Amino acid sequence: MSLTTAHSVVAPSAGSKRIAGAIIIAYALISIVPLLWIFATSFKTPPDSIAYPPKIVFQPSIEGYCNLFTTRTRQTPEYINSLGPATGFCDETVRKRNMVIAGPSNFLPRFINSLIIAFGSTFCAVFLGTLSAYGFSRFKVPLADDLLFFILSTRFMPPIAVAIPIYLMYRELGLSDTALGMILLYTAVNVSLAVWLLKGFIDEIPREYEEAAMIDGYTRLQAFWRTVLPQATTGIAATAIFCLIFAWNEYAFAALLTSGTAQTAPPFIPTIIGEGGQDWPAVAAGTTIFLVPILVFTILLRKQLLRGITFGAVRK
Amino acid sequence: MLNRTAENVARATPEPLARKVRGISDKGLAWLFISPTILLLLAINIFPLFWAIYLSFTNFRANRPNEVVKNLGFANYQRILGDQDIWIAMQTTAHFVFWTILLQTLIGFTLAWLIDRKFRGHAFWTTLILVPMMLSPAVVGNFWRFLYEPQIGLFSYVISFVSGIPPTSIQMLSNVSLAPWSIIIVDTWMWTPYVMLICLAGLRSIPEYIYEAAEVDRASNWRQFWSITLPMALPFIMLAVLFRGIENFKMFDMVNLLTGGGPGSTTEVASITLKRQAFESWRTGYSSAFAIILFVAVFGLANIYVKALNKVKQR
Repeated sequence: MSLTTAHSVVAPSAGSKRIAGAIIIAYALISIVPLLWIFATSFKTPPDSIAYPPKIVFQPSIEGYCNLFTTRTRQTPEYINSLGPATGFCDETVRKRNMVIAGPSNFLPRFINSLIIAFGSTFCAVFLGTLSAYGFSRFKVPLADDLLFFILSTRFMPPIAVAIPIYLMYRELGLSDTALGMILLYTAVNVSLAVWLLKGFIDEIPREYEEAAMIDGYTRLQAFWRTVLPQATTGIAATAIFCLIFAWNEYAFAALLTSGTAQTAPPFIPTIIGEGGQDWPAVAAGTTIFLVPILVFTILLRKQLLRGITFGAVRK
Repeated sequence: MLNRTAENVARATPEPLARKVRGISDKGLAWLFISPTILLLLAINIFPLFWAIYLSFTNFRANRPNEVVKNLGFANYQRILGDQDIWIAMQTTAHFVFWTILLQTLIGFTLAWLIDRKFRGHAFWTTLILVPMMLSPAVVGNFWRFLYEPQIGLFSYVISFVSGIPPTSIQMLSNVSLAPWSIIIVDTWMWTPYVMLICLAGLRSIPEYIYEAAEVDRASNWRQFWSITLPMALPFIMLAVLFRGIENFKMFDMVNLLTGGGPGSTTEVASITLKRQAFESWRTGYSSAFAIILFVAVFGLANIYVKALNKVKQR
């Protein structure tokens, strides 16, 4: 009947749904392969990881994780035999390759740096962002549109261009290669996103609640604290996760402005390969540990994702 | 009962803070709330920007801080506009921006259009597709180096398996003509979901009754697509294109880790040139001038982007 085909766009036919579904599932599966490969490689032994043809079925091993967290030195078999029994799985695996564990690697401190800097800057950005967003949402601020554009435009600056004067400024202030310096910088980058996103969320909270609270004798600040903040919790949480992801993933500033004590994981992970030659399982292990939090956050955020990536403009 | 809750709430508010702010007018509170953000941005973004503008007129070198700084006027800018390498880098950047946007828009829109059929389980698969865009470009770019390794890399293996080309001759990262494509492929893999998500919002913003009216007028599916779907989703597509354009104009992380600008300078985009000039050759004054030129270009694009953003917001 012509009617059923004519309505195909309004209500897609079962056949077109099936074809669309098949294509989307195929795309999703192919696009996820690189990630599955990273995960699989992290459980391979170094020889397995560079085998030809690439091994899909292999004997899993945590050697990559051992290598990620330790530094090792090569020793003669005689020396290794003279040592006592191996103290753990990692010790044993490493000895099979004629090496002994020399100490912990830099991965853990770099990972902790990433945590400190990401959480620190997220807290500051969301704190400042919430206040500003409330200000822009509820009060008549002169030149509000220009200020909002100014706030957003700072996010569009090319990081390398910003890094040149920041590098000089931090050198003068003694902030180079410090967690504080990185927190300040990431806060400045993230606050623009936070203001725009949170303004959207706070705009959606009816003013009547605050007005009612103020009639009851609350001051404006109490009304903000007691009625607006609790209602904006979802928005604040979503914004915080977006800020966290940005700070967690950031590479350009971290690579140029940190080198040692305050270095974060993204500039560190590529250097793992240099330490051990062709140690792809260790790189894969570091990458896996680094990516897992983001996967969790993506799933938590899926309903707010669209809002986050359009600075709050698209809300559905 | 109600009264008691209010009392409790009033008691819970820190007393000294409440007393201090009680006298503040709304206008005062607005500035109290907004100024910390503005001050931070002035200190971390605007002050350095003016410093960079000042440096761009000098021959300052960051690795020789004690040398006397000479004022060069517009010499740095003149040299940049006449510098062959800079123009080549700009062309390389334009090449990347063009191809990544073209591929991402075509694939992204198609995916969104298919997802909009709302087949069973579409929400789950959509979330799965979105994963790559949330990851760190640097960490992912680094790992793609492994996938691109000739012979042992999964990507090279699959290509040689499908095409029959010997696996050792697929040198994605060291072949002059393949290296730019290796970056375009990773960028497309990563950011197609972004375009898809925005296009999907565009498609879902089209009210059903327009299609119903088109049905009454007996418009063909083809006609409906070109006269309703595409034009009505266009503001959203433009938004995605503009944002990806700005981001890829600044592209640094992925290129730095995949090819580092090589082989030779075939993948040296503007940000890589800037990094080499500023942090390897230490020509701080010269690179500041280049940074300012890039910033003006991005600022222009950002202006258009925000206008597009506000347009979409009204929908």
